[in-house]
Order: sequence, then C-alpha cells, then structure tokens
Amino acid sequence: MTEQTETKKDTVTVTVDGKTFEAAPGELVIAAAERHGIYIPRFCWHPRMKPVGMCRMCLVEIEGVRGLPPACTTPVAEGMVVDTRTPVVKKAQDGVLEFLLINHPLDCPVCDRGGECPLQDQTFSFGPGESRFVEEKRHFEKPIAISELVALDRERCIQCARCTRFADEVAGDPLISFVDRGDHTQVLTFPDDPFTSYFSGNTVQICPVGALTASPYRFKARPWDLDQVESTCSTCAVGCRVNLQSSQNDLVRMLGVDSEPVNHSWLCDKGRFGYQAVEHDGRVTHPLVRKGDELIEASWSEAYAAAAKGLADVRDLHGAGAIAFLGGARGTNEDAYAWAKLAKGVLATDSVDCQLDDGLPAAAVLGLPRATIDDACRAKAVLLLGPDLKEELPVLYLRLREAVVDGGVAVVELGPQSTGMTRHAKTTLLYRPGEAVEVARALTSGRDPMPDAGGVRGEELAAAAGILGRAGEGVVVVLGRPSVAESGRTVAEAAAVIAAAWPQARFLPALRRGNVMGALDMGLAPGVLPGRVGLDAGREWFSQEWGVLPEEPGLDAAGIVGAAAEGRVQALVLLGADPINDFPDRTLARRALAGAGFVVAVDTFLTDSSREADVVLPAAMYGEKAGTTTNIEGRVTRVNQKVTAPGTVRSDWIIAAELAQRLGGDLGFDSTAAVWAEIARLAPSHVGLTADVLGRRENRDGVVAPYEGEGPPRHEAPVEQIEAAAAVHQGETLPSEAVAGAPEHAAVDEPSDDDDPAGAGRPPLLTFAVGDAGSTAAPPAVDAYALRLVAGRRLYDNGVTVRHSAHLAGLAPSPRLRANPYDLDRLGLGTGDRVRVTSSRTTLTLEVAADTGIPRGSVALPFNLPGEGAADLIDGTQPVTDLRVETTN
Amino acid sequence: MAFRDAPDILTSRLRYEDSHTLERFLATGGYDGLRAAVARPADEIVEEVKTSGLRGRGGAGFATGQKWSFLPADVFPRYLVVNGDEGEPATFKDHMLIERDPHQLIEGIAIASYAIKCTKAFLYLRGEFALGHERMSRALREAYTHGALGRNVFGSGFDIDIVLHPGAGAYICGEETALLSSLEGFRGEPRIRPPFPAVKGLYQKPTVVNNVETLANMAWIVLNGGAAYAALGQGRSTGTRLLSLSGHVNRPGNYEVELAKSTFRDLFYDPALGGGIKGGREVKAFIPGGASAPWFGPDQLDCPLDLDEVQQRGSMMGSGSVVVMDETTCPVRAAWRITKFFAHESCGKCTPCREGSGWLEKVLRRIELGAGREEDLDLLLDVCDNLAPGLSWPPGQTTICVLGPSIPSPIYTSIRMFRDEYLTHVKEGGCPFS
Repeated sequence: MTEQTETKKDTVTVTVDGKTFEAAPGELVIAAAERHGIYIPRFCWHPRMKPVGMCRMCLVEIEGVRGLPPACTTPVAEGMVVDTRTPVVKKAQDGVLEFLLINHPLDCPVCDRGGECPLQDQTFSFGPGESRFVEEKRHFEKPIAISELVALDRERCIQCARCTRFADEVAGDPLISFVDRGDHTQVLTFPDDPFTSYFSGNTVQICPVGALTASPYRFKARPWDLDQVESTCSTCAVGCRVNLQSSQNDLVRMLGVDSEPVNHSWLCDKGRFGYQAVEHDGRVTHPLVRKGDELIEASWSEAYAAAAKGLADVRDLHGAGAIAFLGGARGTNEDAYAWAKLAKGVLATDSVDCQLDDGLPAAAVLGLPRATIDDACRAKAVLLLGPDLKEELPVLYLRLREAVVDGGVAVVELGPQSTGMTRHAKTTLLYRPGEAVEVARALTSGRDPMPDAGGVRGEELAAAAGILGRAGEGVVVVLGRPSVAESGRTVAEAAAVIAAAWPQARFLPALRRGNVMGALDMGLAPGVLPGRVGLDAGREWFSQEWGVLPEEPGLDAAGIVGAAAEGRVQALVLLGADPINDFPDRTLARRALAGAGFVVAVDTFLTDSSREADVVLPAAMYGEKAGTTTNIEGRVTRVNQKVTAPGTVRSDWIIAAELAQRLGGDLGFDSTAAVWAEIARLAPSHVGLTADVLGRRENRDGVVAPYEGEGPPRHEAPVEQIEAAAAVHQGETLPSEAVAGAPEHAAVDEPSDDDDPAGAGRPPLLTFAVGDAGSTAAPPAVDAYALRLVAGRRLYDNGVTVRHSAHLAGLAPSPRLRANPYDLDRLGLGTGDRVRVTSSRTTLTLEVAADTGIPRGSVALPFNLPGEGAADLIDGTQPVTDLRVETTN
Repeated sequence: MAFRDAPDILTSRLRYEDSHTLERFLATGGYDGLRAAVARPADEIVEEVKTSGLRGRGGAGFATGQKWSFLPADVFPRYLVVNGDEGEPATFKDHMLIERDPHQLIEGIAIASYAIKCTKAFLYLRGEFALGHERMSRALREAYTHGALGRNVFGSGFDIDIVLHPGAGAYICGEETALLSSLEGFRGEPRIRPPFPAVKGLYQKPTVVNNVETLANMAWIVLNGGAAYAALGQGRSTGTRLLSLSGHVNRPGNYEVELAKSTFRDLFYDPALGGGIKGGREVKAFIPGGASAPWFGPDQLDCPLDLDEVQQRGSMMGSGSVVVMDETTCPVRAAWRITKFFAHESCGKCTPCREGSGWLEKVLRRIELGAGREEDLDLLLDVCDNLAPGLSWPPGQTTICVLGPSIPSPIYTSIRMFRDEYLTHVKEGGCPFS
C-alpha cells in the first residue's frame, strides 16, 4: 500500500455557519449540517427519497458558488464553506415562504395537520411575519377522495412532490402525478384510476402540509391532544417501528418510525390503519362460557374454572397428548412463552402449533442459517421462494424493491405464480404446484445442460443458476410459503436442498403473522422448546426449571386438525386462531372443531371458530399490552401499551398464568418483565438479552437473536450510521423517540453478569438439514383435464384485522379464479365468465380471469377472501389440490 | 456598411420558392458539406467548429465546439438532441429554417453527429409547427433515400438515424433538460445539474443538445473552414446570426446579419432590414434578445449586435428575437403581457417561479386595469428580487432552470425606465394608452 492511499482521507472537511466538521464525501449539505445540529428548513427533501430540489426552501450561500444553491441537492466538498443565516439567505427563505403561502388557504384551524405542520412550523421559524399578497387565491374543489383511504386538498398543496415521488420511486405505484402547470400545478390521480397503492398512507405521513389526509384519521384529533408511544407493528412479521397515537384512550393513528435496519419509516396501509380493529365495537370484552347452544357472559373465575376442568378432564381421561394448542402467533413473546410453558411445562403436551399449516415447519424456520433484511438487500443475489411479498410482507417488498431498483440486487423468483416482485426479478421460474423440491435439486445440481424440472425448462433453470452463482456464495433465500394449496414440507425440503448445496446461503423467513417468529422462538411448535432448541436436546435444561415436559414430540397444525377431526385430540385451545378461515382445508377444520370434545378460545373477536368454543377468554389486542416481539430476522423489539383494554380483557400471559394455577401448575411470573427475565435467563437463543440490553440506546432498532452477548451486534449497521439515522429523525415533524423503557422492566433484577449463562448444559441451537422436513408425498401425475390450484394471500383479506377495520373492510377483492389464457382458450372461456370448479372437497361457482402470470396447467385463487373460496376447495390431506373447471351452462 | 457584404450562411436558399425540396437543396450544393465531413476524421470536424467560434443560437450562447468536447470519451451510446422547440414570444427564426430549408438542418445534424461519434439523433420539434413537421418528415424520408442518413452514409461507413419527435406545447421544453425529460416521455420539467447532459443526458447517456440554427451552420463551416466563419463578426461573436425582428418596424421579419458589424439602429432603420419605425415614430424601448431579456431604451440603439457587448450593457441577444416598441406602447401592458406568458408557461416545479410568476402577473394586471396602488411598484420589485436576487443580468439563480429568474427582466427594467407611467396608471385608475 502506498503512502498516498494511506494518508487519503475518507471524509471531507466542511464549515457550516462557522462550525467545522467532517462529512462523508457525497453527503448532501442539508444532511451533513443536520447531523451537526444545524437545521436547514426544507419541504421537498426527505431523507429516504432522492433529492428533487424544487421547493427552494433550503437555499444557502456557499463561498465561491454563484447564486443560492439548494442544500438538498448540493453534495459536500473538501473545504466547502456554507452559510445558512446570511441576510441574502434569510431574504430567500422569507421569499420562498411568502411564495408558498400566497396560494395556501391558511385554513389551519380545520386542518388535520395544524399543530404538527412543517409549513406552519417553518413559517414561524424562518418566514416573514405577514403576507403582501392581496389578490384572490387559487381555488380547487376540496377535498377530493383519491382513494378509499386518502383525501386530497389541492388548495393546501405546496407542490413538493413528496407524495408523487414516494408513489413512483419508493412504492413503485405511480398512480398520482402532477398535472397542469405554473400555479395551477396540482397533484391528481389518472382518470378512473384511484390511488390504490398498498402504501398510500405514507404519502399522508410525509405530506408537509394538510393536503393529503387519511380518511380514518380525518378530524379525529388535534395533534396537541395526542399521546404516543413507540412500538412495533404486529400486522405482519416485518416488524416495522411505529408511533402509536391515542386521544382519550382511543387509538387514532399510527405513524412509521425510521428504523434503519427495518422499515425506513414506511408502513403498509394495513399496518397503518389496522388499529381500527382494536377500537371495534364487536370485541369480546368479557369471558363467555357455553350453556347449551349459547355462549353466556361469565366471570373470569367461572371461565377459568370451566376451562381448567375441561382441560383437566381430557388430560385425566385421554392423556396430555389429547390436548392441543393452535395459534399464538399474534401476541407478544411473553404471551407465547407463557402459553408454551403452560402447554409443555404444565400440561405436558407437545401438540402445539402457532402456525395453521399455512407457513413452514418450525424446524426449518428455526434451524436454517438466518439472514437479516439488510443482508438480503445487500446480497449478490436473492432467491425468492415464498409468498407474494407485496401482499403478505409489504414493507419487506419495499426494501427488496429498493435493493433491486437502486442497488442492482439480482432477484431470482421461484414460485407457482407471478407476484408483485416478478417485474423486479431478473427471472421468475414458475413451477408446478408441489414440485419446488425438484426445481431446487435441478437449480443446485450444476448440471450442464440443465434438465427440465417441476415444469420449469432447463434453459430457464440454467439462466437462474448462473445468476445465483455456482457456489451460492452470498445468496440470501427469502423463504416462505408460496401457496397454501401445496404442502409446506416440500418448500422446507427445497430449502434444505439449497442449504446443503450452497453452504454459504442464508435464509430470511417470509412468514406473515405478526409475531410468528417470536412464537416459534418461544416454543409454540411441536418438537421445540423456547430458545430454538429441540424437544429432546432441551429436555434436561428445561426440566430443571419447568418440571414436567412432553414425553414425545407432538403434532403440528395439520396433525392436530386431522386428529381432532378423528376424535384423537379431545381438547383444543385456540390462541387467537380461526382454523375455519385460516387453515388451508376448511372442511377438515370444521370437522376438527366438531370432533374436539372441548374447545377453549382465547380471542379478541368471536370468529367462525371461536363461536364454536366452550369457553371464550377475551384477550388484549395490540396497543393494549406491553412486551416484546420478534420479526422475520429474529429481531427482538419492544411493543408498548397505549390504551386500556375494554371490559375485563386480559393479556395472554396473564390468562396462561392464571389458567396454569387452576391446573395445579405455577408459571412462576407475575409481570411481563418477569416473563422476559425468565426468557433471557433460560431460552438458549435469548440468554443475556435482558430488558436492560434491549433498552440501550444503541439497540433502539432491536437486537437480533440469537443474542451473542456484548460486542458489535451481528449484521447490524455500525453505531455511527444508527446515530446518523437518529439525528435525521430530529428534523422530521414527528421525531422518533429513543426506545422508551417500560417501567415494569426496569424494576426487575437482572441476572448478574458473572453468572455466565452459557455454562454447561445449555443445549445447542437447532439446525436443519435434508430430510428434516419429514416425508413429503410426491404430487400425483398431472391429469390433462385438471388444473392444479395455487392459493396465495391478498393484503386485504377476510382476516380479523381487515374485517374489523372500518376503512379496510371494503378493500378485500372478490375472489376470481385466474388462469393462463391458453388454458382458458382451451376451455372456451374468457375473463368474466363464470365456471363451476370442483375439487375432491366441493364444487363452487366462480368468475374466471385470464392472467399470463399463471403457468399453464395451474389456476390461482386467493386464500381467505370473504365468502366461499380456496379453503373450501383445498384437500389438506393431499400434497396438491387438482380442480376440474367447467362452464356453468 | 460591412454587414451587407457578409455571405448568407443560413438563408442562401430562401430566395427560392422550392427551397424546402431535395432537388433545390442538391442544386445549391446541398449535402456537399456532409460528404466532405465524412471524408475527414471526426476530430477534425470538432476542431473546425471550435475554430469557427460558433456559439449556441438557442439563447445561452455557449461555444458549440466546447460543448461537444465535454462528452466523456469512450462512453457509448451518446446522443445528439436537436432543440427545435422554439417557443419564445416573437422568436421565429428556427421555425423558418425548419419549414424553408429542412435539408440544411438534416445535413447539419448529420455532420454534428459524425463529429461527436453519435449514431442516433433526436429532433425535438415544436408541436405547433404543423408545416414544419410535414416538410421535415418528407425531407427525412428523402435524405434516407438519398443516402445522407441511415446506414453507411455516402459509403463512408458512418451510420446515423434521426428520430423526429413532436413537442406537446410547453415553452419549458425548450429548456434543454426539460426537453430531455419530455423526450423520454415524462412531464417536461428541468432536471438538476449536475449531472450535465454531456455526462448524463437522454436516457442517462452522454448527450449534446444543440439549437436548430446552430446546426444549420455546419455545412458552411465544413466547406469553408472554421477560420472563414471566425473571420466574420468580431471577438467572441463570430459568424452571422438570424434575428427575428418584430414590433413597430416597417419591415418585420427574419434577417441574417453578421455579428458585431452593425447596431440595433441599423437593424431597425436600414432600408434592407427594419426599414424604420412605423409612422416615423420614435423608439420608446426594445427587447434585444427575447422575452426573457431586460429591455433597452433608445440610449442603447447604437449598441452593436455583439453577444458580449449586449450582455455587458445588462441584457442579452438570447434567442435572437428583437422587439421594437414605439412611443404608443404601454409599458405596463407590455410587461404584463410578457409576464402572463411566463406565468402560463412556468412548469410549476420550483416555488419562486411557480408562485412568483402568477403573483407578478396578477399585480401587473391590477395596475393595468386601474386597481394599482403606489406600493405595488416596490412590491413588484421586491417579488422580482425574490426570483432573481440583485435584479441584474445574468440573473441570480433561485430555481433549477433560468425561466423563473428571467421573469423579472421586463418588469424591473420597465419600472426603472417608465416609473412615471406606472404611477400614472395608479393615479388615473387605468391605462392612459387605451
């Protein structure tokens, strides 16, 4: 290395308002100044979008530069001297603000934004005291609905293009745009094409005035009446950081918080507006106990007694193995741990599954080497074998889309149908449902020429293999369930094949339920115990603390539902689970609920399933309880309580603990803090991850498990970067707060540092290899007269959140059977025709639509839309579901 | 006077009725320049153009050869984009060149493309030029058939395609980066520089944007040499220039004049040029270089038609349009009319231009229609100052492109020159000229 390169600085020295500091080359003046406490006013600039330099609010003087360059488009340079407060700059700021206000209606008293408005704030700080404008202001009809969720007031708009740039550059949904010119410039949708982006709410959050307002929030509160806590969204498992805001004990708004490794301040609309379900009038607010055909309101002690008796009777008569738990993936980690401890440590049953046979086997999710979202976004190549991310994990879609569009990451998509990611993928391999393993084997075979496999042509496989690189070095596999109409085991087995062939490959699980990863980490799955250890491996470690443990590995959701249908499982505990709507095979789920002699439902609403229960225990929802949650990366973050739960509703962990007592056990904790303390002491992947560690400033974005103790966290952004991001927040209208320490956590004694938890006996973490997924039945030969079903999910579905959120409920589409135009032609059908669809389960009448994104021989029908649909057709006992499609006449 | 002896570089064919046909073009030496150019190394052509001292005829007056040399070496493809979106009020010189001598432009495009090693050129033609489109389309077809365009031009091995693209009616698309956005199919809005088009222009590729008149000089320069061109004019204002003369002159029209060898007085009064002011009246003021240019008073009549000299005196030759206003002209109405154009044509991207243009237009209208206040004059000047700090030429920049900071030119110069007349409007509650 030469002397020259050694002495070369990797920073530049700049002076802003007399303050000299180092900045990264290429960093924009506006951002560098802000990091050093100098706020340059702005409207159009947003730290997560490309600069556009159009509002002209950030004009500054730079020595040696003519005129007034904008700080948001000017990168720092060595020796640059910037002035943001000279008389010339001040006059320009006055001028721009006066310009912005001449056509602004100043209807602040009736504007949602009033009180938290960047235009208001910056006018106070940087603007002229009064306007010299005496002409008539510009007028537009106000407001107009540009979608079901967003209203647009063009009179208030200051044309900063934040919304249009977001829609185009970040969301990839360029549905809003400027039209007209000059001071008639306005944002509009295209004719007959509303702003139906899944991410539309972000435009409301970043609008620097009240031009865009969210229909669910309009006129609900004034900013000064709002109270807020920082939390993590639990709508899906991406784990976006949010500010949860309430007014008078009602949740009224959720805002995205900029978490560098996760959501970059963005949210999807389901996450943003789903809080409405919490405030829904139809909540179960008191325990219910069945008396004959009716569920009758009861006291908690009556309900506990009834639940405990029913479970104890089954245990005593049929053994612990006849009791099974389904669900639990929507609560906190503490909730999940408490249920796991009740099921496995008190009742000693291992038939526990937080997924409803719509995800992946726990062993695969927990045992494959894990990648973070950043790993995926910086990978040389990403192999996507999972659901439609845009529909199920929308903000992960945003992150990956950005990685492709701006970072040039190559995505190879492998699935039974095209998805929202397809247009960003280098190549999409559409396989025959059920044949992912065959495709994975071929893809990793290194053969030349590549044979056809699973319905994918050899040349396509060869091209994909070329992109992914022969050794798989640096490949991140985004792994989830592409379709609930094919077995999850085949997908897990495919992953095992890839892991074996490419030892460097890492996996980012793409499972959807809010805290499914936390529930799996906490042991809510058969064959595992808390902390990512196997039942047998962890037996000794846990039996010291828990006392009893299940003798044998239990059943997974498919096994539980099947066994209940046959009367082998006698008692079912539903932890917010609605198998009638969420289990792939509705026929079997109905039989299971009928077949189980005793059903306890811990739920927030009466669903088709909990309505069948013998005892219903009302549970607290999101925002009503504190604790921790875990996202797809294994990132543990705090969730916080904002409102008081209605009625006598309780947190899950309390219900579990109190039920345990009635069953003669003692879970041994009396606060969420105590539950977490036990997790941080016992769960091998979480040992040492104490409340104290989680509350540290450098862990504001959470900590990725397995926790490896002190030192730089694995795959994390360096601290400087986090601080940079943190500094950036200060300039936003709604600054994110440092993770607020929950007081109850602080009260707990932490295990002392010298009490090394990694001592002898701590079991090894799970690993996953070929064959571990269990036997996978090969799909039957293709029948030329049948079409094989693909069932993915839609963001707006018939789930509890959407159904009970007033503004989202109407957004669920009606089910249409999509097929390749070739197949429709063959059947003499066209888009809009109605057909009879017959599976081994039932016959439905559906509308068809041509879709070239569906390979020939397959048909796609979204899962869990309102009304009859995929779940009625799917035969969960078969590896795939074949359909006959006939014309109705 | 010397300017009368200068050759007709741009307008030599315009005396023929059929100047737009290939037959006439070939009969008058057409495509000889291209044949000569492709027989020489491309770099030599660049050198000839540099030697000629030719400066861009679109308005900014940047040296053409130098502009070409900003293209990064070895980055291909690269594009030549021809700015034929002439839309400034009272500017109509490119319009004539396109309609009356399309082959001359095609030949110029092909020569420039050859010089800068580009094989695809885009001709962005103002949408309203219906006849221009018709003639240019036909001329392009003829040029392909003739072998002047397409693969292997005149057997030289040089390939060049020209894409003809109609504009959609926006003055801002004459701004080079807005033109590129429009050409790519986006809303016509200027882009932030850097990156400059030479580095990242059309489709993010190195791009030269040249004006129609600029390129119409190419064949002559190749055939006669850059030095011959540079011998015309004086100093940094070389060659001839096509000026669109309009307003209160007896003979409005396009005139090709040798630069720096004559004055505005010559242009207005020479019998072969403007032929004097209508009705023998006096010049009250004139716009020396397009609607964006600060106005001159009669005291500047003897200013030579020299780019640098005009700039030194506080205005510009700009797009080459010269508008003469005699003593019957209401300066308020004239300034209002021009401002109304800019308010209509502001793309709306940058705040000062979007909001300032409309505000200024409203105040001027109010004064002209009799509802002005005395304080409106200072208000106008201060709002102008917020668009173009310092109110001088070239203007202080507050926006991405120069449209916004140009808006104040007619306003502050007319107030400075005719403050009394503005005040008369205020005092009399209306326009004394109507």
